[in-house]
Amino acid sequence: MSRTPLDTVEHAAATPDVELPWAELGLKKDEYERVVEILGRRPTGAELAMYSVMWSEHCSYKSSKVHLRQFGEKAPENDAMLVGIGENAGVVDVGQGYAVTFKVESHNHPSYVEPYQGAATGVGGIVRDIIAMGARPVAVVDPLRFGAADHPDTKRVLPGVVAGIGGYGNCLGLPNIGGEVVFDSCYQGNPLVNAGCIGVMRHEDIHLAKASGAGNKVILYGARTGGDGIGGASILASETFDDAKPSKRPAVQVGDPFQEKLLIECTLEAFKEKLVVGIQDLGAAGLSCATSELASNGSGGMRVTLDDVPLRDSTLSPEEILMSESQERMCAVVEPEKVDRFLEICEKWDVIATVIGEVTDGDRLEIYWHGGKIVDVDPRTVAHEGPVYERPYARPSWQDALQADDANKLPRPQTSEELKDQVLKLVASPNQASKSWITSQYDHFVQGNTVLAQPEDSGMIRIDEETGLGVALATDGNGRYAKLDPYAGAQLALAEAYRNVATTGAKPLAVSDCLNFGSPEDPAVMWQFAEAVRGLADACQQLGTPVTGGNVSLYNQTGEAAIHPTPVVAVLGVIDDVARRTPVAFQEEGQLLYLLGDTREEFGGSAWSQVVHDHLGGLPPKVDLERERLLAEILIAASRDGMIDSAHDLSDGGLIQAVVESALLGGKGARLIVPDGLDAFTFLFSESAGRAIVAVPRSEELRFNDMCGARGLPATRIGVVDGDTVDVQGEFALTLSELREAHEGTIPALLA
Amino acid sequence: MTARIGVVTFPGSLDDRDTQRAIRLAGAEPVALWHKDKDLKQVDAVVLCGGFSYGDYLRAGAIARFSPVMEPLLEQARAGLPVLGICNGFQILTEAHLLPGTMLRNNHLHFICRDQKLRVENAETAWTSDYTAGQEIHIPLKNIDGQYVADQRTLDTLESEGRVAFRYLDVNPNGSNNDIAGVTNEAGNVVGLMPHPEHAVEPLIGTGRTDGLPFFTSILKKLVNA
Repeated sequence: MSRTPLDTVEHAAATPDVELPWAELGLKKDEYERVVEILGRRPTGAELAMYSVMWSEHCSYKSSKVHLRQFGEKAPENDAMLVGIGENAGVVDVGQGYAVTFKVESHNHPSYVEPYQGAATGVGGIVRDIIAMGARPVAVVDPLRFGAADHPDTKRVLPGVVAGIGGYGNCLGLPNIGGEVVFDSCYQGNPLVNAGCIGVMRHEDIHLAKASGAGNKVILYGARTGGDGIGGASILASETFDDAKPSKRPAVQVGDPFQEKLLIECTLEAFKEKLVVGIQDLGAAGLSCATSELASNGSGGMRVTLDDVPLRDSTLSPEEILMSESQERMCAVVEPEKVDRFLEICEKWDVIATVIGEVTDGDRLEIYWHGGKIVDVDPRTVAHEGPVYERPYARPSWQDALQADDANKLPRPQTSEELKDQVLKLVASPNQASKSWITSQYDHFVQGNTVLAQPEDSGMIRIDEETGLGVALATDGNGRYAKLDPYAGAQLALAEAYRNVATTGAKPLAVSDCLNFGSPEDPAVMWQFAEAVRGLADACQQLGTPVTGGNVSLYNQTGEAAIHPTPVVAVLGVIDDVARRTPVAFQEEGQLLYLLGDTREEFGGSAWSQVVHDHLGGLPPKVDLERERLLAEILIAASRDGMIDSAHDLSDGGLIQAVVESALLGGKGARLIVPDGLDAFTFLFSESAGRAIVAVPRSEELRFNDMCGARGLPATRIGVVDGDTVDVQGEFALTLSELREAHEGTIPALLA
Repeated sequence: MTARIGVVTFPGSLDDRDTQRAIRLAGAEPVALWHKDKDLKQVDAVVLCGGFSYGDYLRAGAIARFSPVMEPLLEQARAGLPVLGICNGFQILTEAHLLPGTMLRNNHLHFICRDQKLRVENAETAWTSDYTAGQEIHIPLKNIDGQYVADQRTLDTLESEGRVAFRYLDVNPNGSNNDIAGVTNEAGNVVGLMPHPEHAVEPLIGTGRTDGLPFFTSILKKLVNA
């Protein structure tokens, strides 16, 4: 039994001088003083627990908020946007009465500490965000970044992360259709584990995280609440309230995908019967977040009895219950007469569900424990009125030197033999090599609607079996480009994802992002962040694709060494009929290969500069968003009208990388001719943006050329699909089996 | 007159809706069965679909095997009701001793998802009559506990009686004994396999092949002609 008296609101008011461990919980002195000012007294332990987690960087976006506003301020006019930033995930109209919700989040830090569970619970969290909008999750994607491929710790982290994503996602029945795997020593101590999810619903099924209607019941359902995922609460508990407890609990949560699968089915069944007024998933900050957000977004207040929360560990203190991040829990607001039916559905699915409180007609969030009131706050001050920082930022002193170190001046191959060796080296390098050893550990068939999955340019899911309506999703990010120029780097990430969606034949509609950066307390990092956000917001405005939501992950740094600034951008597209989709693989011998777009000498941040020279310097490729838009329009029209049979976007690794991938996937080679005005090296390795290769059936050549000519898009015939070699005429030929061995052997050799 | 084919949903089943779609595409009528059902709603055949029933906790299929629906299913299967177990469904059928052998973790210890080449070894079961013996097909495979093992005597019996229904070709993806991908009972009404025919029924979706559709047309023809 606790010897200290319960720290109720009354007790707090009567004992103003009690010292609380606000610093250990991560609050700054002025932040704590602000809490005292808001409440007009010292907070209770439980209130302090809530404010400290909700005002953390992770939950409050206090360092990033001032910059993120641009996504709203510069948002392009877009009729498709149904729900924007601020909800669990954005929602976009894709036509025929369907709405799609999607979002990308990070689970970087936990995945380094405990790769399997960190990555698994990352999938679990993003999936609950999608369910909370009212949607059935239909696919996941996983953009991943690790340290050097041959570093011993990568062999600890990567297999665990991949197994965790597979172990959790496969068990939920969600096809994994895309993502990336990138290696760079800058991520050695800070791997990036981002996870994205797409959900589909009818327009009328959209649900929001708000608690309205006095008398409505607040139901907590899913897993019991345990001591997992509590960071600072253990300190709070052991130092202030009770000495007799286990002091340290694991800070990484443990996932149970089976429980989550039941949660999905049970929630969707409740939605179908229209039993839910408002809903929120329990992720970061657990009940603190769910109760304060539901209450502050609704019209009334909320009263919660914490004693009613089902516990995994009966010794948990109220502070710990409020802060616990136990997985697989959701909170629903349900009208009293529908509570019985809601509980019945939960019982059908063997999901524990408990009424823990109700919506009140006041404006306070009140939480009771053992009969005493331990929380009495204005929920808005917890959820939305946290501190906002204008962190100082400054262009780093080394930026000029980095940009002056021009990659275009690096020694280039002098002979055909050297060129050939560098091609083989490129396609075998860990970043350019086939990732099938990784992606084959994910189920991409489940649900029976997968039209395209990795290694296609974007994943594509059919959402209506009758009409063939589908959605496509691509995620991209290039930390090397962003390091050279964060403004352009963020735009290039968007451009690539946008292009990847269009390459498969889908029309780009909307954007989600996951912004991975170092410490915001470093002005150089903060400058990178500010520049990247500005770049992305400007580019979204110009391309007409609004940011619907996303996630910021800061403090990805060990000591002084921050990761490359790594904005990961997801673009969602829509396609009227998935039968018109365009795959990457070469389909038929004799088809003509065209290069779309302009090729310049652009090697800054390129894969070639990394693989051959271990170099990072100069400027990234030039951004031309109007060109990207035109290219996308051509690719979509050509796919819709049957003018092309395969297409591949050109990005890292340049044209030769794309040709090799299309050839290996199709099992058909290509004869390439270096176009006039280009040297073979630039033709093969340049990473100029705004380009794609397409394979055109001979019968369509005239029509395709006319279209490109009329629209002013440069289209250069560069060869033909043919044979079983990739033959760059006058330079070298590589057999498909040589290329396959190089491209597919690397990752298993390093990691299997 | 068409056939009514039941698809059982256990907690953690994943491919139930996919299997229903495959049945519909073949021209039969899918009937949803819940694991707590105490009767089979007069269906003409049952498919136990893929997934992770009960999270695969304890052992894949070990808990689902005790669901209420399994009681009438076992009884009727022994009396000749056609039953197909796909992946987790196959695991449940071995746990219930309707089919011999058991599944261990893949020999490489990883989940594997691939387009798998198979040879149809027995085209005379209720679920394979639309194939020809020796036919080579591609069916998606996706599991972590897919290594089929049995004692030598059982393997000898299966081989000599022609009860190996499908065998892996080119690559044995998980270390299964005798490259076995699927087996049948003596009567040929109960078939189990690890690959997923319901994911190979539409030209655009998944692997882009329809090599799995004959499972569902085989049973339909058998039931309608019966």
